Amino acid sequence: MDFSLSEGQEKFRQEVSDFLEGEIKQGLWQPSCDAWIMGHDPEFTKRVSQRGWIGLTWPKEYGGQGLSFIHRLILTEEMLRYGAPAACHWFADRQIGGAIVHYGTDEQKKELLPIILKGEAYVGLGMSEPDAGSDLASLKTKATEDGDHYIIDGQKTWTSGGSNMNWIYLVARTDPDAPKHRGISEFFFETSLPGINVVPIVDITGGVHFNEVFFENVRIPKTCLIGEKNKGFYQILNQLDYERSGMERLMANYPLFEALIKYTKETKRQGKPLSEDKLIRSKLAQLEIEFEIGRLHMYRVAMVMDEGRAPNWESSMSKAYGTAFEQRLASTAIEILGLYGQLSPQSPRAPMQGMAYHSYLSSKGYSLQAGTSEILKNILASRKLELPNQ
Amino acid sequence: MDLVLSEEQEMLKTMARDFLADKFPKTMVKEIEEGELGYSPELWKEMAGLGWMGLALPEKYGGSDMSFLDLGLLLEEMGRACLPGPYFSTVVLGGLPILDIGSEEQKDEYLPRIASGELVFTLALTEPSASYDADGIETKAEAEGANYTINGTKLFVADAHIADYMLVAARTDAKAKAEEGITIFIVEGKSAGISHKVLKTIANDKLCEVVFKGVKVPKENILGELNKGWPEVKKIIQRAAVAKCCEMVGCIQQALDMTVDYAKERKQYDRPIGSFQVIQHYCADMATDVDGTRLSTYQAAWRLSQGLPCAREVAIAKAWAGEACQRVMALAHQIHGAIGVTIDHDLQYYTRRAKAAEVSFGDASFHREAVAQEMGL
Repeated sequence: MDFSLSEGQEKFRQEVSDFLEGEIKQGLWQPSCDAWIMGHDPEFTKRVSQRGWIGLTWPKEYGGQGLSFIHRLILTEEMLRYGAPAACHWFADRQIGGAIVHYGTDEQKKELLPIILKGEAYVGLGMSEPDAGSDLASLKTKATEDGDHYIIDGQKTWTSGGSNMNWIYLVARTDPDAPKHRGISEFFFETSLPGINVVPIVDITGGVHFNEVFFENVRIPKTCLIGEKNKGFYQILNQLDYERSGMERLMANYPLFEALIKYTKETKRQGKPLSEDKLIRSKLAQLEIEFEIGRLHMYRVAMVMDEGRAPNWESSMSKAYGTAFEQRLASTAIEILGLYGQLSPQSPRAPMQGMAYHSYLSSKGYSLQAGTSEILKNILASRKLELPNQ
Repeated sequence: MDLVLSEEQEMLKTMARDFLADKFPKTMVKEIEEGELGYSPELWKEMAGLGWMGLALPEKYGGSDMSFLDLGLLLEEMGRACLPGPYFSTVVLGGLPILDIGSEEQKDEYLPRIASGELVFTLALTEPSASYDADGIETKAEAEGANYTINGTKLFVADAHIADYMLVAARTDAKAKAEEGITIFIVEGKSAGISHKVLKTIANDKLCEVVFKGVKVPKENILGELNKGWPEVKKIIQRAAVAKCCEMVGCIQQALDMTVDYAKERKQYDRPIGSFQVIQHYCADMATDVDGTRLSTYQAAWRLSQGLPCAREVAIAKAWAGEACQRVMALAHQIHGAIGVTIDHDLQYYTRRAKAAEVSFGDASFHREAVAQEMGL
């Protein structure tokens, strides 16, 4: 057993954090919560790509760095710590590239991976539908064969990254007659094709990161099929393990935590800094404890992936835990700020740029996206604890 | 980074689990708990024969030279088995502090006899104030010629009724600040002037009230340095907190295992209750708490083993474990239903120990304050 990082990994962390601090000093962007999913900054993504930090874990033969998942965790941990605007490449780097490495044909690897590596694939995740949320396999969007093409018809919703996407990863029904889990396939294609209509959905914070996406008679070449026809559902389960595996499930609002600690040290109430108040100390310490537990869960997931296993129950456990932590952090932050906690980023007198307000509202979605906490606990119960079927 | 146990560590755990399951069925645990001694001298000797008392002591003192982390893994299995007796107090509270700060003579005198199972040790630290802070120590030791004379009352002293020796933290400089006038003494358990009463506790362990009335201790029995005992006491508490966490990991892992097994077997409405989503989610929550406790405990034990700074990690582990154990045990009971609250069911051993462990060596509030300090608040 060894809880330390290797010298190379420590050096890598330093390199990443030096880079990010440099960026902030140059005023290239402001740290913010949710920047991994809301912060679309193509220039930042290009700079990250130039450093070789997209596709870090992919094999070198596909243009990756062949580094460990712990390395990637360090990279994302630092990105999240600094609230870096990494949304342009996050999905492609996290799960789409890996899926293509795993399931793609040689041609697809040759054609698609370089686009992702260059940070030019802003991917939307086309999974949920109005009647297919947790029960993803009941999706209705159709992909019908027509010569060398598939024709896509239907509607996706809650499509993360939809408003900025130029590519979409789409799950659609390719065999309407098969049992519902066995007639689904995965596709990856550009969204400039005719027949695709994106309608933004304004979320509870007033921002937009998910969308409705309508497909009407969209013709895509058959080469857009990823992996095996009608086996898409099983591929997506594996991908979801990766989608759930990352630090963004613990640190999406980490900038809030740091800002809150700073605020309590600098703000006096009744002549004393808030940080000297017994109850506030206790609350902040409890958050620090819960954060550390989450961090250990996340590192375990990365270690499982480094062993070459999909982190199926481990990432379910870490995601359900981590998102609940993020929600408590946001809620406790408002509580500590007291009346000031209710001020929005647009309001005069808002402390910490209204981060607590934003994060509190935004965090409600954390335990829903990429698998609700209830679905994750089902997975834990069946895959880890082997409890009988419901 | 690597969270996998080595082959030797896996072997140690398996061997310990098998031995403890074989020798300490709950009927035996019950018998020992109800007895006056609170341990079985025969089984104590067997455990010594397996090298457990000297596990983390150097070979030259008759030990096996394994690490604190290895000891932690053994303690985890002891927690799983609800092992009663003075192992924790002898090894964690007695042996390791002597190894850490004892003089060569002291180490030669006591450690081989601890390793062989000859001696029972304990730590007399807390007092009626029930505090783990320095100002909680009011017991006095006054110099008189070649001796010190100890007067005061120690409370919640584990296994004092059978201890051959106790480490006693006492105030040797009444005028100094709370943290600066404390000294640790090695005191013979049967010295004249010592009396003890066994308290009735939730874990049915043998915590004692120990009264020191004019107890004479030779000067050479000072452990460490005169008036500089408090930093060492803090280290002892820290080590004990991690060791306790290790027991807690075993305790709640076993409670989870028992609960999942029960949920698979117990049928209501013609189906196993483990097929109901609410029961599944309770179990998933328990498993998450167990794993969080295990990860943070191993991290703290590993850092301690490596001699790395660990104040933050220890405080995190113990604060978390204390509260996680309560959540796990609450759900274990809820899923077991009425059978789990009967005196003849095994679950109650875990419930009682988990609660005692929560308040031992610092509860969550105590350790949260330590974390706050580490955060620079």
